[in-house]
Amino acid sequence: MKSSRLVARDSLRHGIPEKYKLFLMLLPFLVLVLIFSYLPLLGWRYAFYIFKPGFSLEQSQFVGWYWFESIVSNSYQVAEIKRVIVNTLAISGLGLLVNCIAPIFAILLNEIRCRKFRTSVQVLTTLPNFISWVLVYAVAFALLNVNNGMVNQALLALGWIDKPLNILASSKNVWLTMTLWSMWKGLGWSAILYLAAIAGIDQELYEAAKVDGASRFQQTLHITLPGIAPTFLVLLVMAIANLLNNGMDQYYVFQNAINKSSIEVLDLYVYNISILGGSFSFGTTVSMLKSIISLGLLLVANGAAKIIRGSSIF
Amino acid sequence: MHTKRTIPANRLKRNRTSIGAFAFHLINYTFFFLFTLLCIYPFYYIFINTISDNQLTARGLVTLYPIGIHFENYVQVMKIPGLSTAALVSVGRTVLGTMLTVFASAFVSYLVTKQKMWMRSFWYRFIVITMYFNAGIIPWYILMMNLGLTNNFFAYVLPGIVSPFCVVLVKTYIESIPSAMEESAQIDSAGYWVRFTRIILPLCLPILATVTVFSAVWQWNMFQDTLFLMTDRKLYTLQFVLYRYINQSTALATIIKNTQGAVTIDLSAVQTPTSVRMTVTMIVVAPILFVYPFFQRYFVGGIMIGAVKG
Repeated sequence: MKSSRLVARDSLRHGIPEKYKLFLMLLPFLVLVLIFSYLPLLGWRYAFYIFKPGFSLEQSQFVGWYWFESIVSNSYQVAEIKRVIVNTLAISGLGLLVNCIAPIFAILLNEIRCRKFRTSVQVLTTLPNFISWVLVYAVAFALLNVNNGMVNQALLALGWIDKPLNILASSKNVWLTMTLWSMWKGLGWSAILYLAAIAGIDQELYEAAKVDGASRFQQTLHITLPGIAPTFLVLLVMAIANLLNNGMDQYYVFQNAINKSSIEVLDLYVYNISILGGSFSFGTTVSMLKSIISLGLLLVANGAAKIIRGSSIF
Repeated sequence: MHTKRTIPANRLKRNRTSIGAFAFHLINYTFFFLFTLLCIYPFYYIFINTISDNQLTARGLVTLYPIGIHFENYVQVMKIPGLSTAALVSVGRTVLGTMLTVFASAFVSYLVTKQKMWMRSFWYRFIVITMYFNAGIIPWYILMMNLGLTNNFFAYVLPGIVSPFCVVLVKTYIESIPSAMEESAQIDSAGYWVRFTRIILPLCLPILATVTVFSAVWQWNMFQDTLFLMTDRKLYTLQFVLYRYINQSTALATIIKNTQGAVTIDLSAVQTPTSVRMTVTMIVVAPILFVYPFFQRYFVGGIMIGAVKG
């Protein structure tokens, strides 16, 4: 601790008390956070106007709750929103299933005895997590495209199909293929957290179980699974909080005229109706509702975790 | 990750004798071998296609090993107008954005560990809470427009400077440094800035390596901001250009025609849509492939701390 004499001398020399000096040093960064994270919230006002880019809010017409009502005003719009929400929830729901595969992946990987093999698998399977969705799409295109894609060539050569399949431009199984791509990209990475949790389990527990004659499977069931349960719970809470936030990159790059109706998740829908369709106010309304519901989901999931685990995750 | 596990000899022996266990391990090894292959083969496939005879790759005939190896594709592709600009933009935003994020994460984290600061914990929460809410993409887009950040290079770097996730990472790390380290400098009545640069910064290098790697990969991979904010071709990033090349085959054919001013006699090196797509893909993915093996442990270190702090 600094003595009070020193503090006094400091403030005398610089003219500003130390506590404000520290704050002033932080201030530029706080301003950045204010601008890029808080100011967009003011944009929610656009949900109550007919806003067109290039015009100020004063020049725009105030319409009250018009856009909110318009979501449910006619049967066409209701069907659209329903379709988009079903897509969003279906893809997120399948994503939750993937969440359950990651711990199994980690447990099985942990059973591999050869250290070099285990480490190589871990390093190489996390690689796809670090490439962008555009690159994933480039990879998908190289492997699956209808003209010279590797998969089509192989299937043709094997005589399993007569003419090439257009997997990328197909309206069938879109939710499933999207989930599979997410899995290809993210499974190895999600497993890392569980591997860490497994490594953190007290080895003595296993020794004790072995003395009691527990088989390898029983050890997994009664020691490993409870050991990774907290990690699972935290990730589940995050996944539930993000049920409506699938992000947009993946669906944007894989989107085409044929699969559009089943690939359009909320984030992509907002982009399509606003930036492409020009309905900025309606887009704002939808994304505003989405943000509020997501925040609610986060609080509910966190509360549930608190009850189950006795401690919240934040 | 790197804990050494000692396997008792008796367990090994028992498993070796049991057929069930043997079958389990066989299946287990096979599964992981195949899944790993699935994760890396696509990159290998694209790579061998970029260095093979372009007439064969256009028909999808190169699958296991390169045929008719040549490196002309990489030379030709860089001549496509716009691609080198895009590479410059991508590299620029990655280098500048990463430097700013790393500096800001370190400095902000250092400041918010100072108990003396006015309303310290409030400001810390003010930053960190932004991880959990989001106004939505359209209000963000309109704000960026109003700030004049459309068709502006700074739109790539400014919004990412203060990353709450990185601040949490570094702050946790700084708190683990014994305060005696810093106090030793305080005696010489050095200012905060000097203490930060001379003492805290060097001690934080391991966690800053993690932040650097995360931030660089994030910057390199970013696609959405170009899509929303940039209409000026000069500001397109490699990711964006690649996406356009894959989806707009007619545009691509025109580009190819225009680049082939001096007609090459060797047909195997004549650019086809396939060769251009694959080569550009390889150029975009190469930096990740190169840095990844060396920095993998930093990624892992980062997610561990991040996950614990939630």
